[in-house]
Amino acid sequence: MAKTIAELQKIREEKKAEMAIRLDRVDGNGKQCILLCGVAGCASSGSLKVADAFEEAIAKEGLGDKVDLVKVGCFGLCAEGPLVMTTPDHVLYSHVTPEDVAEIMESHIKGGNAVERLLAGDKVQEELEDALPQIPFFSKQKRIALKNLGFIDPENIDEYIGMDGYVALEKVLTSMEPEAVIAEVKKSNIRGRGGAGFPTGKKWESSAVVQDDPKYVICNADEGDPGAFMDRSILEGDPHSVIEAMIINGYAVGSHQGFIYVRAEYPVAVKRLGIAIEQAKEYGLLGKNIMGQGFDFDLEVRLGAGAFVCGEGSALMHSIEGSRGEPRPKPPRSSEKGLWMKPTVLNNVETYANIPQIIRNGGDWFTQYGTEGSSGTKVFALGGKINNIGLVEVPMGTTLREIIFDVGGGIPNGKKFKAVQTGGPSGGCIPEEMLDVAIDYDSLKKMGSMMGSGGMIVMDENTCMVDLARFFLDFTVDESCGKCPPCRIGTKRMLEILEKITSGKGELEDLDNLETLAESIKTSALCGLGQTAPNPVLSTMKYFRDEYVAHVVDKKCPAGVCKSMVRYQIDPDTCKKCGICAKNCPVGCITGDKNTPYAIDQEKCVKCGMCMEKCPFKSVLNNA
Amino acid sequence: MTQNPTVCAEVAAKEKELDAIVTKYKDTRGKLIPILHEAQELFGYLPMEVQLAISKKSGIPLAEIYGVVSFYAQFSIYPKGDNKISVCMGTACYVKGAANVLDEIKTELGIEVGQCTEDRKFSLDACRCVGSCGLAPVVTINEDVYGKLTPEDIPDILAKY
Repeated sequence: MAKTIAELQKIREEKKAEMAIRLDRVDGNGKQCILLCGVAGCASSGSLKVADAFEEAIAKEGLGDKVDLVKVGCFGLCAEGPLVMTTPDHVLYSHVTPEDVAEIMESHIKGGNAVERLLAGDKVQEELEDALPQIPFFSKQKRIALKNLGFIDPENIDEYIGMDGYVALEKVLTSMEPEAVIAEVKKSNIRGRGGAGFPTGKKWESSAVVQDDPKYVICNADEGDPGAFMDRSILEGDPHSVIEAMIINGYAVGSHQGFIYVRAEYPVAVKRLGIAIEQAKEYGLLGKNIMGQGFDFDLEVRLGAGAFVCGEGSALMHSIEGSRGEPRPKPPRSSEKGLWMKPTVLNNVETYANIPQIIRNGGDWFTQYGTEGSSGTKVFALGGKINNIGLVEVPMGTTLREIIFDVGGGIPNGKKFKAVQTGGPSGGCIPEEMLDVAIDYDSLKKMGSMMGSGGMIVMDENTCMVDLARFFLDFTVDESCGKCPPCRIGTKRMLEILEKITSGKGELEDLDNLETLAESIKTSALCGLGQTAPNPVLSTMKYFRDEYVAHVVDKKCPAGVCKSMVRYQIDPDTCKKCGICAKNCPVGCITGDKNTPYAIDQEKCVKCGMCMEKCPFKSVLNNA
Repeated sequence: MTQNPTVCAEVAAKEKELDAIVTKYKDTRGKLIPILHEAQELFGYLPMEVQLAISKKSGIPLAEIYGVVSFYAQFSIYPKGDNKISVCMGTACYVKGAANVLDEIKTELGIEVGQCTEDRKFSLDACRCVGSCGLAPVVTINEDVYGKLTPEDIPDILAKY
C-alpha cells in the first residue's frame, strides 16, 4: 500500500526512538540490541553463521522480547570482522566466531559484563566507557555518505525512514521547484565521487536545460577499481539513500526513468537493491504519483558483465543498451545525448549517498566540511599493508599521514612505509615525502595521481614499484576495449617494456621510451581509461626512479620481488642451524645439519621465498 | 559453422527454459545482456550453439551476440568446472601475495588460468577485485570465500571439494 506523507511521518516517529537507542546510547525501554555486520568483508569472514548462532541463543534463552539482533551494514573495520556491536552500551567486538556467542550471551547480555578477550580496538577496559570516539579509527572520521552504515538493517525500509530517510524527497516534492533543487546541489559544491570530480550540480543543470523526452538518470555502481569497495558497502548497507537521491535527481532534471548499473561481481548488493526497490514501490516512493505529489519515477537494476571500461560513462550506457561497452568520442556530452541518444545524468553511488543530506541540511551545511575546491567528505577504502583495513570517511583536506597512520593505524609488522597508491589503475603512487599534503581532487592531481573512486593501497618496503607499475599495466592491457590504437597498442608496448625491465633485460634507453610512450598515450587516447593508464608508470618513475635504475643498470630488485633478479642466501654467521628453512623448502634445495650452517643450492632454487618467510632468526637474505 | 551434437542435444533439452528467458525480456530495451546472463546461468556457459539459438529466438544477429559475449569477461564460451575457483588479483590482494597463492593452485591442479581440470571438477579464473580487501588475499570457490591465505593453505582447501 502506498503511504501518505502523514503515514510516512508516523513510521519515522516510531522508528526514531528505536534508532536513538542504537545511536546515542539512550537507555530506552531496557531493550538491548546486537548489531552484527552482515555485508562485504564480515559476511566473507562468516558473520552470517555468527548471526544464526545469536538468533538460536536468543530463542533458546527466551530473550526475544528483550534483545534484538539486527544485521546491519559496514562498520568500516573490515579486517577485524566479523564485527558485533551491542547497544545501548556500544561495546564493539571483533573476530567473533559462532563459538563465542554463548559466552557473549551469558556474560554480557545476561550478566552485563563485556567479554574482554573479544573487544576491538586496544582491548582495554577503559575503552568500554566510551567505545566509539576513543578508538582513533572512528574519532578522526566524519560520516556523511556512510552515516547509516552499521546502524540500520538495509533490508528494512522503516529503519531508513527512522533515520530521516525520504525526508529530503518529501521536501523536494512538496516545497521545491526543480531549479531550486539544482541550485542547492550547486551550492554544496559537491563533485563526482566516481573519478574525475566533475561538479554534480553543473552536471544536473546541463541535462535539465535540454528540451527532450524521455531523459534518464543512471547510478554508476560498476565499481571496477581494484581495492575500492565503498560503493559495494553503501549499496549493501544503505541502498535507500541511493534510491532516494536518484528520485530527487529525476525530479530535478525532469526524468522519469532511472537505471542502476551494478557489477555482476556484487551479488549481495544486487539482492539488497532489489529488496529496497520493491519496498520503495510498496510504499509508493517509486512508481506513479510519488507521495501523492504527481511525480512519476521508476528504477531498474542492470547488471554489468565484467568489463572495467564500463565504468566510463559512454561505455556504461552502451552496455545498458545491450552492446559492447565501448566508449565514444565527446562531444556530444551525455547530458545532451546519452542513453539511447537521450539526455542522461550519470552519478556515482557515493555521490548519490550524499544528496539526501545536502537537500535536508542545505548546501551550506555541506561546504563546512572539506576544502575550498573540494567540499564535503570522501570515503576511502584502505587496503594493502596497513593495520586497519577497511572503509573510512574523512573530510576532504585531511592529510595522507592522518589517514594512514591515525585512522589506518600505520604499517603492520614494524615495516617501513614506502608509498600509497590512490585512484586505482588510473592513479599514481605517492611517496613518503608527500604524506603531509592535504588531499583533495586538485592536490592529488598535482602529485600525479587522482582521487578516482577512493581506493588507497598502502605499500611497504617489500613492494617493488616497477613490478607494481607492471601489475597495473597488465590490468589496463587486459581491460582495454580495443577501440582506439593509443590504448590498445600503446599500453601493450608499455607492458612489454616493463616486463623486459622486471625480468632483468632492461636498458637505460627503455626508460626514455617508456616515458615518451606514456606521454603520447595520455594525450591521444579516446577515453579516461586510456588517458590515465600511464599514470602508475609516470608517477613511479617520477618518485622512485632509483628503483627503475637499479633494475636496469645493476640488474637488481631492491624490494626482492622480481624473481629473475632475486638470489636467496643463508647467512652462515647468524644461522642457528634449526633446519626450519629446509623443512619448508618446497623443492628440497636447502641442506645442512646441526653442525653445518644451512645453504641453498642456487641451481635448484625456485625463488619462492618460503625460507626467508619461515626463518625465525632472519638469517635468510636476499641479495638483491 | 560446425556444431557439436552433444551440445545441440543439450540446447534442445532446455529449449523451453531458453524460450522463457527470451520471452521474459521481449519488451525490454537493451535486453541482450540480461538474456545472456540468464542463459549462462541455465547452461553454465555460452557455446556457439546456445548463441545461435538465442539469435533465432530473439532476432538479434549472431554476430552482435558473439560480439557481446566475447567482449565481457563474465561470459564464457567454454564450459566451467563443477567448482569454480576465482583468485582475486585486485591490487590489495596482489600486494599481499595473491600471485603466490595463484601459482600454488596452478601447481596443485596442473591447469592454467581460464582452464578446467580434465575431470571437470575445478576451473580456475583470476578475477578483479571482489571487494573483500580486508581479507586479502582472497580466493572464492563457488559461493565460499577464503581469506588471508598463504600458499600452504591451498591443498587443504582444495581437498574439501
